[in-house]
Amino acid sequence: MKGYIVLENGDIFSGQFIGEERTDVFGEAVFFTGMTGYQEVATDPSYRGQIVIFTYPFIGNYGVHPGKDQSEEWHPRALVMGECASDGYHYQSEETLASHAEKVGVPILTDVDTRALVKTIRKSGAMGAVMTTDPDTVVWNHYTSIEEKPLVNEVSTSETETHGSGDTHIVLVDFGHKKAMVDALCAHGAKVTVVPFDTDLKTIQAFAPDGLLLTNGPGNPKQLEEQLPEIKAAIMQYPTFAICLGHQLIALAFGGDTSKLKFGHRGANQPVLEKASGRVDMTAQNHSYVVDKASLEGTDLVVTHVNVNDDSVEGLAHKRLPIKSVQYHPEANPGPEDSQHLFLTIFQMIAEEKEVTIHA
Amino acid sequence: MPRRNDIEKVLVLGSGPIIIGQAAEFDYSGTQACQALKEEGYETVLINSNPATIMTDTNMADTVYIEPLTFEFVSRIIRQERPDGLIATMGGQTGLNLAMELYGEGVLEQFGVELLGTDLDAIREAEDRDAFRSLMYKLGQPVPASDIVHSLEEGEAFLEKIGLPVIVRPAYTLGGTGGGLVDTWEQFRDILETGLANSPVHQCLVEKSIAGMKEMEYEVIRDANDDVMIVCDMENIDPVGIHTGDSIVVAPSQTLRERDQKRLRDASLTIVRALGIEGGCNVQFAQAPDSDDYYVIEVNPRVSRSSALASKATGYPIAKVAAKIAVGYHLQELKANVEPSLDYIVTKIPRWPFDKFASAHRKLGTQMKATGEVMAIGRTFGESLLKGIRSLDTKENHLLVDDYQASSAETLEERWKKADDERLYAVTEGFRRGYSVEAIHAATAIDRFFLEHMETLVRFHEKLADDPWSEALLEEAKKNGFSDQQIAKLWDTTEARVRNFKTENGIVPGFKMVDTFSDDREPQTPYFYSTYEEENESAKSDKPSVLVLGSGPIRIGQGIEFDYATVHTVWAIQEAGYESIIMNNNPETVSTDFSVSDKLYFEPLTVEEVLNVVNLEQPEGVVVQFGGQTAINLAEELAKAGVPILGTSLEDMDRAEDRDKFEQALKQLDVPMPPGKTATSENEAVEAADELGYPVLVRPSYVLGGRAMEIVDNREELKHYMAEAVHVHSEHPVLIDRYFYGKEIEVDAISDGENVFIPGMMEHIERAGVHSGDSIAVYPPRSLSDKVKQKVIAQTEQLAKGLNIVGLLNIQFVLYEDDVYVIEVNPRASRTVPFLSKMTGVPMAQIATRVILGETLPRLGYRDLYHPEPDRVAVKAPVFSFTKLRRVDIHLGPEMKSTGEVLGRDLTLEKALYKGLVASGMNIPRQGQVLFTIADKDKGEAVKLASRYERLGFQIMATKGTAAFLQERGIRVQEVRKIGEGSPDIAELIREGGAQLVINTLTKGKQPARDGFRIRREAVEHEIVCLTSMDTAFALLHVLEMMSFATEPVPALQGVNPEEKVTL
Repeated sequence: MKGYIVLENGDIFSGQFIGEERTDVFGEAVFFTGMTGYQEVATDPSYRGQIVIFTYPFIGNYGVHPGKDQSEEWHPRALVMGECASDGYHYQSEETLASHAEKVGVPILTDVDTRALVKTIRKSGAMGAVMTTDPDTVVWNHYTSIEEKPLVNEVSTSETETHGSGDTHIVLVDFGHKKAMVDALCAHGAKVTVVPFDTDLKTIQAFAPDGLLLTNGPGNPKQLEEQLPEIKAAIMQYPTFAICLGHQLIALAFGGDTSKLKFGHRGANQPVLEKASGRVDMTAQNHSYVVDKASLEGTDLVVTHVNVNDDSVEGLAHKRLPIKSVQYHPEANPGPEDSQHLFLTIFQMIAEEKEVTIHA
Repeated sequence: MPRRNDIEKVLVLGSGPIIIGQAAEFDYSGTQACQALKEEGYETVLINSNPATIMTDTNMADTVYIEPLTFEFVSRIIRQERPDGLIATMGGQTGLNLAMELYGEGVLEQFGVELLGTDLDAIREAEDRDAFRSLMYKLGQPVPASDIVHSLEEGEAFLEKIGLPVIVRPAYTLGGTGGGLVDTWEQFRDILETGLANSPVHQCLVEKSIAGMKEMEYEVIRDANDDVMIVCDMENIDPVGIHTGDSIVVAPSQTLRERDQKRLRDASLTIVRALGIEGGCNVQFAQAPDSDDYYVIEVNPRVSRSSALASKATGYPIAKVAAKIAVGYHLQELKANVEPSLDYIVTKIPRWPFDKFASAHRKLGTQMKATGEVMAIGRTFGESLLKGIRSLDTKENHLLVDDYQASSAETLEERWKKADDERLYAVTEGFRRGYSVEAIHAATAIDRFFLEHMETLVRFHEKLADDPWSEALLEEAKKNGFSDQQIAKLWDTTEARVRNFKTENGIVPGFKMVDTFSDDREPQTPYFYSTYEEENESAKSDKPSVLVLGSGPIRIGQGIEFDYATVHTVWAIQEAGYESIIMNNNPETVSTDFSVSDKLYFEPLTVEEVLNVVNLEQPEGVVVQFGGQTAINLAEELAKAGVPILGTSLEDMDRAEDRDKFEQALKQLDVPMPPGKTATSENEAVEAADELGYPVLVRPSYVLGGRAMEIVDNREELKHYMAEAVHVHSEHPVLIDRYFYGKEIEVDAISDGENVFIPGMMEHIERAGVHSGDSIAVYPPRSLSDKVKQKVIAQTEQLAKGLNIVGLLNIQFVLYEDDVYVIEVNPRASRTVPFLSKMTGVPMAQIATRVILGETLPRLGYRDLYHPEPDRVAVKAPVFSFTKLRRVDIHLGPEMKSTGEVLGRDLTLEKALYKGLVASGMNIPRQGQVLFTIADKDKGEAVKLASRYERLGFQIMATKGTAAFLQERGIRVQEVRKIGEGSPDIAELIREGGAQLVINTLTKGKQPARDGFRIRREAVEHEIVCLTSMDTAFALLHVLEMMSFATEPVPALQGVNPEEKVTL
């Protein structure tokens, strides 16, 4: 049936809903520029509360596959695309994208001039949007902007889980992690304990970890302000690597600031320069918020990586402590795995730390 | 690392003539490279033998050499120029091979020339089969298992290990005779046994077959800093087994999951890093459709046809970036670390020459056969595919082709299995008949994704037919890429009505920008495609504009020459102060580089699509003169729709192109042409020919462009032609012209309506009867008297004025018994424009454009009627791709067969010819056997020819009739058995290297024609020079005579033995 996406600025784009009649769905309209990886996007907790617009016009070409989910749930409020494949063949495909989305209750709006829609967002910035069958009756007071919404508690694990059986024990503080992170750590020989985002230092100490990983997650890092002292205490004690939201939290913990990008980085082709080596990696990204470079002045953090396109902060390191972080996603899924090697960082920091301890 | 300052002068190698497998894409890459080097302030020297390229314009490099791309000439230029660096990766395989040879012979080292970009070790490792395989093993990258086996037992043991299917290739048999694809054990034993027996060294290569897997390509760029990125990934709709150049290709790939994509991406990066590529590189993979297995097929350590396609598909200038990497830059310094992200789908469809070569073997396989390609951009698969089909400019302009409805089920199923150039239409016809996706997938191995989309389009086609004038369906049809023309056909109405109905209902196309990154940056690339969505992004500027129509895909008869003219027009329009807008659909060319024009519309060249652009841009007018027949053919409909056609008016173009009107015009102007008649029956034809006198040129009136045209020498041949070649009746008469077997003269002229300027005239080596595109053209003419030249000039002026030409004009004359007759007038840019422009220094296309825009010739500084001739002589020699097209007869005639051209220029005609022939790839025989099989009509001339070859030390061989004839006239001849007269016959002789030169002229309509065909094919396939025109044979003789010192006795006292003067 005919459907619409109405933006907060009043712009309306028409399309077709797949499936039955539905009530209005609110979310922050963001766009993803990767040409594949829709399943990974849909199950990435960082998309919590967002309406994801795909710039590539065909989505669903290869169906939905077992084992590629990045978490248990589908997180976006809705998906918007040019065309949704009705069949989607792949030898391992179990279901079409459309039918799976229907099952998990994520509406899909197709037949939209996504390019025009994305251009609007690019011009006016990411903003609230509603998907509706009747654009005249939209009431905006149902909508809370992402900035003001606590989202991490919706996606973080409530229980502690353990994966792998390696010698290096890493506690993964879950702000909305992707499965690929756990897989990457385990592949490098770690035992990973996933803990809720608000786990306190004492509990972490009880696990006797060798190091910490702070994960990605949805929304505004400042929503977690209360957590910061506890986080700081923990990371000062253990070698820590952090990704995306985790990276932003490290900046905040050491006195830096974060701000919101106009329309975020979401895609599979963000070039990032590692300052030390002078090398550029193609990276997978998904973030609205960014560490403010100027705010780092006078803190103990140094910028290790920058975005080649807009020079924004992409990586940090503590001047003395074994703490490193990146804004992008070395675990990929979706996106290129060119920076997978970053997962070694945590193991290196742990090894160096142990050496220091032994020599001390 | 920034720009290298330790080098100053850089030599760039081009790729030479257009042949199948190496086309205009290297003009595009070479031009970009030259521009990039210039931008960086290097002194550049360019060598390319192909004059029809933009890269050989003198403003592209500091020094331009149009010389043969052979070791001999290139090393001479290196000695002369002493460059510091050499860029070989822009010149295709030709460039790489030359670089390897220059290195191997020590020339690079001797003169201190550094190979820039990807180094030789990397090139060798990528190109050498064994080295590449061992690298892949080392990297853990899968390649199809293969082994060389010497016995059946060995073979069986190996097959046990790798499993079926496999390919068996006997070693050292020509064309892999006796080998093949094997599906069963029994077949394997059979084929291996014969293969081992056939192989002179009793060896067979057994390789795991990956035919039928999905074929994927990755375009990769790496710099010396080891930064590496993917520009584009592409998927071949036709699975492995069909050359990628002959496959329909889409970008980005459609059927790979995130995980599959990543696997191949990582493999590409690993391989390119391990090779140490510095620049562009293409990696091809086979992906199993039913597992995660993949194989590396091959790597091209250079820019390629695929990289040109990737550049056009994404807007990323691969060749330019690669050239800058070659001189030291890193990607990040160039701000070129950008992996494009597409928000549209691109389809490339090859353009095959089978409309010209009806008898050719059309089956597609590992040998590429397409001469060119088109690309189309859409927001849906249907839009992209159907636009692509329309862009081909063939009679099939839609997904479903009527001709196929009559074919039997068996034929159809056969055509799915054995792919030919029209398989796409066989598949869609299958869906029309209700075959399932699974059935067609089983036969074609085309991925279900593509088949499902094709099926959907066929079903939609039917739905549309059932519901005429449905507004909703019309909108859907446009989104699916259906043309107005097709919709009109389905609704039994006219295209104009559909167009009006569309406009009334607000169904109008918008244009979207190709902007390389659908995210952060907001670049303004003036590069657009049409689609039916909400927003239009292309804004008309305030500046008055002119729209130029390009020439579409490269094909025989409409080659890169037209792209050359198009680009010059675009430049001239800009110089004249207008905004220059171009429409074209060929991804290989310079004209579709968005930096060439102010605005590029990458669109099919159809009336509908041109009108879309015209409606938006409201240009001052449309230029059709430079886009070959493709653009000219649109002129009438465009004019009817009220679009101003700039330059020569439609009526006047018609006066030149329509035979009746043309005849009238010539009569009016009192310009002579060969007398002719029309006939509607065999009797009438015989009568007409008797009256005109033989030989006559016959052709059906309803076929354009030399097809089915023949020269007939006598009544018997005419009867045969009337019975076999044409279906004549009153509505389709046959045209019969007196055929003057004389010298052909060709002229290009420019007229502003009042003044005429002739930059130059050329004479052809081959007498009339050989298509002008296939004959060797000489400029300035060396054998024409002043009187003849004056006649040609006068008639040209008369025609240009009389036909009210504004712009370019090409005329072909025949010289017969001191009189000059007009054979053909083309009121447009011709194939010889780039050649003549370069040899005269007159920028013909640019002057013509200025004239079209209202300038006069005198104001532009061209006051003379005829441009002074230079003292250097130049030849334009044709280049053929016969080895790649099986079953095509190579004899030259009125239908054009060459795919490209080269230039030879020097002080004397013989030297120029030598260069031309060498540049065209001819391995000029210096001694050995010359084999004559000559038609009766040519035997007289053959005597002269044979005796002079004999004098040069060649041994003369001939078949019975020719041998007897020559022997009687005192020539020592060794007789050779005709085919079927016992072993060794003439075919075997050629196959076994018993002749170095074959001279064979055509006898029509009899058994010898077929023997002649076999002789010619044997020669081509064994790379033996085979000439089918006595004139070419004489030209080669002159070259050989020039190269040889004569050893002859001192002349007797009482006589003079004047050395024969060289005559053409």
